[in-house]
Amino acid sequence: MMTFEEIRNRARSEWETLQNGVYILIGTATCGRAAGALDVVDVFDKELARRKLEVPIVKVGCTGLCHADPFVTIAKPGSLRVAYANVAPDSVPRLVEGYVAGDDPCLELALGTVEGGDGETISIPELPRFERELRLILRHCGYIDPENINHYIANGGYGALEKALKMSAAKIIGELKKSGLRGRGGAGFPAHTKWELCRKAGSRPKYVICNADEGDPGAFMDRVVLESDPHEVIEGMIIAGYAIGAERGYIYVRSEYPLAIERIQIALRQANEMGFLGDNILGNDFGFKIEIAAGAGAFVSGEETALIAAVEGRMSTPRPRPPYPAESGLWSKPTLLNNVKTFGYVPLIVERGGDWFSSIGTEGSKGTAMFTLAGKVVNSGLAEVPMGTTLRELVYDIGGGIAKDKQFKAVQIGGPSGGCLPEALLDIPIDYDSLREAGSMMGSGGMIVMDEDNCMVDAARFFLDFSTKESCGLCTMCRLGTLQMLRVLEDITAGRGKIEDLDLLLALAEDVKMGSLCGLGKTAPNPVLTTLRYFRDEYEAHILEKRCSARVCPELTVYYILPEKCDRACEHCVLTCPTEAIKGEKGEVKTIDQEKCSKCGTCLEVCPPEYNAVVKLSPVSLLPSSKSPAEEAQK
Amino acid sequence: MITEEQAGKAVGEVLGHYKKEKKNLIPLLQEVQATLGYLPRKALQGIADFLKMPDVEVWGVATFYNQFRFVPLGRYHTTVCMGTACHLAGGRLILEALERELNLKVGETAEDGKFSLERVACIGCCMLAPVVVIKDKIQPKMTPFRVEEALIPYKQEARGELEEGKSESKS
Repeated sequence: MMTFEEIRNRARSEWETLQNGVYILIGTATCGRAAGALDVVDVFDKELARRKLEVPIVKVGCTGLCHADPFVTIAKPGSLRVAYANVAPDSVPRLVEGYVAGDDPCLELALGTVEGGDGETISIPELPRFERELRLILRHCGYIDPENINHYIANGGYGALEKALKMSAAKIIGELKKSGLRGRGGAGFPAHTKWELCRKAGSRPKYVICNADEGDPGAFMDRVVLESDPHEVIEGMIIAGYAIGAERGYIYVRSEYPLAIERIQIALRQANEMGFLGDNILGNDFGFKIEIAAGAGAFVSGEETALIAAVEGRMSTPRPRPPYPAESGLWSKPTLLNNVKTFGYVPLIVERGGDWFSSIGTEGSKGTAMFTLAGKVVNSGLAEVPMGTTLRELVYDIGGGIAKDKQFKAVQIGGPSGGCLPEALLDIPIDYDSLREAGSMMGSGGMIVMDEDNCMVDAARFFLDFSTKESCGLCTMCRLGTLQMLRVLEDITAGRGKIEDLDLLLALAEDVKMGSLCGLGKTAPNPVLTTLRYFRDEYEAHILEKRCSARVCPELTVYYILPEKCDRACEHCVLTCPTEAIKGEKGEVKTIDQEKCSKCGTCLEVCPPEYNAVVKLSPVSLLPSSKSPAEEAQK
Repeated sequence: MITEEQAGKAVGEVLGHYKKEKKNLIPLLQEVQATLGYLPRKALQGIADFLKMPDVEVWGVATFYNQFRFVPLGRYHTTVCMGTACHLAGGRLILEALERELNLKVGETAEDGKFSLERVACIGCCMLAPVVVIKDKIQPKMTPFRVEEALIPYKQEARGELEEGKSESKS
């Protein structure tokens, strides 16, 4: 068995060899693949082979700049490292000829230059977002090969484990306490308290579980971390095992994340081979093994007791706490359950100390927060910022503001458990307590930006629909109360709502919160409560005026062709309407038969932009009468 | 559809890799489904017998989780992402367009086994919203009209196969 020093020297020399030549980094996490990154890899392979260039391609994870995928960086020793965004296969020959083989950095295709690395987090100074970001968990993402443990080790990986194994368990937990780290699963429970409870628990064996059941629609940061830097999570888990006295760990990961599972498997195998897992880790009297448990698709499994039931092979339903899993968890044994990101911080805290970590962030929320930005922002993707950064900075400086010059309406944080916050609250700092005060929560960190074209009642209905489908059915109020709320919301969006319904929603929301055992039910009313609090006027417009101001709710909206704008000669709408609802001979103004119209929106989409004749109207009463003036007069 | 004999054989092979422990129930269901494409009744019974559990308990677990299916998927399995970002970008219209174009409701498989339609909560490609996945290929930034276009090559392929099938059965 090699000593850690030998392992590290070997890894560093492999890394240095790479750095001393030209090499290409291509982001191949799921988001990159969806945008066609593997095709880009193929073309690079062929182009390099054709030119007989021996240049390594490193398939890295995600840099968080998902809007820029496929994302390619070309690194040359002694020269600028240049990043290219949205690389299409047909621009690959140009890049190879220009910058891989030659000295032309192809500036017309470049996004910016990449700085940092070698212990420092990489950044692209041309992009203003990097002034706001502080990348701790993301520090290696998009920079190292997640399938090569040597890349991780050469960049400081497993150094914290080596250090931790020379520390006492109490000292490690002491550092965690000093750091002020709170669980990143959403609720924000102090991490050291859980660890200390587990350490002190008398019963054996003990277990460590990593919760990677990231079920919030619109949140994908855990996936990115596991696909881009799985070893930092594994290292954190091993340190946890040592600190609490556990011999076995599980990573519970959704089966919807096949690439993450594959990369964890590879990482576990490599960590075993290197002696970071298994018996007598790094020559110490401590052994630890990790297994993967693949989830089978249930949102409620994100709740800790429900997750434990799933690992045990049962229906994933929660149970009352106490006893907490720290005392009685997996197979009724003491179990430490933390989120992917919580484990991800552990190596850094051990390495740099709790005081360093607590110097970042705000009074009550230490460290960084990771968010996925999606919806109507210009730059969707992933960001890591110090706690205390404002929502406005995140949406505008990092997200680049609202796409297509539309008006900002709301930002939704925390998925089905969180809330929709309006423009007036954009300056609140991001931390556990401020978000909770505003009626939302940190949740898993999914952030969705909505603009003027989004209906807030419809958004609330969407989240309630999700919670209803995902309720495990154990608690009556969660099973039936959320369903009742959904029915009320459906009535309102369909124009059947009554003004008393709003009080009914508020009353039901309180009951569902009180009557549910776990976080799913307790937080399911949040989207309704926050939209009612900040966007009550939209609810009232739906009920009193039958008007959906965003023109989203189909029952309150009609499509109409403006006669003065219709080209008459063009027949795009007539030919594409799936229900043959549009009439009009060539040369005539086209009209929509409202009886037949299915409100699919195809006519709006195909009407050429130079005419822009199709509009949506709400309320329905705005529709000009289709009868001729003579007919009107007769009436 | 898979015959009882095929199901029994496939389950037997999968069971060979597992210990008779209750915690293996979900991995077993996952592996059998990966092998057969869905979970026929016979397979569920085989797993229950193996783990010495009542059939109903296995059925309970299998129906609890979204991943498990009890009818085979179509050859051109189509999933619509109904995550938040996709919803806000018009996911409902995309879903309706697919239902109309495929003449299927969510959760159904066509009688000829060619197409099937399912909705998922989020596939995590929010920057490409709204997203549809046809036969494992992600179709980004869908519109109701583009749904029709995206399906054309698959429908053509499916028709080609159907015709081949007919001529084979004639000869």
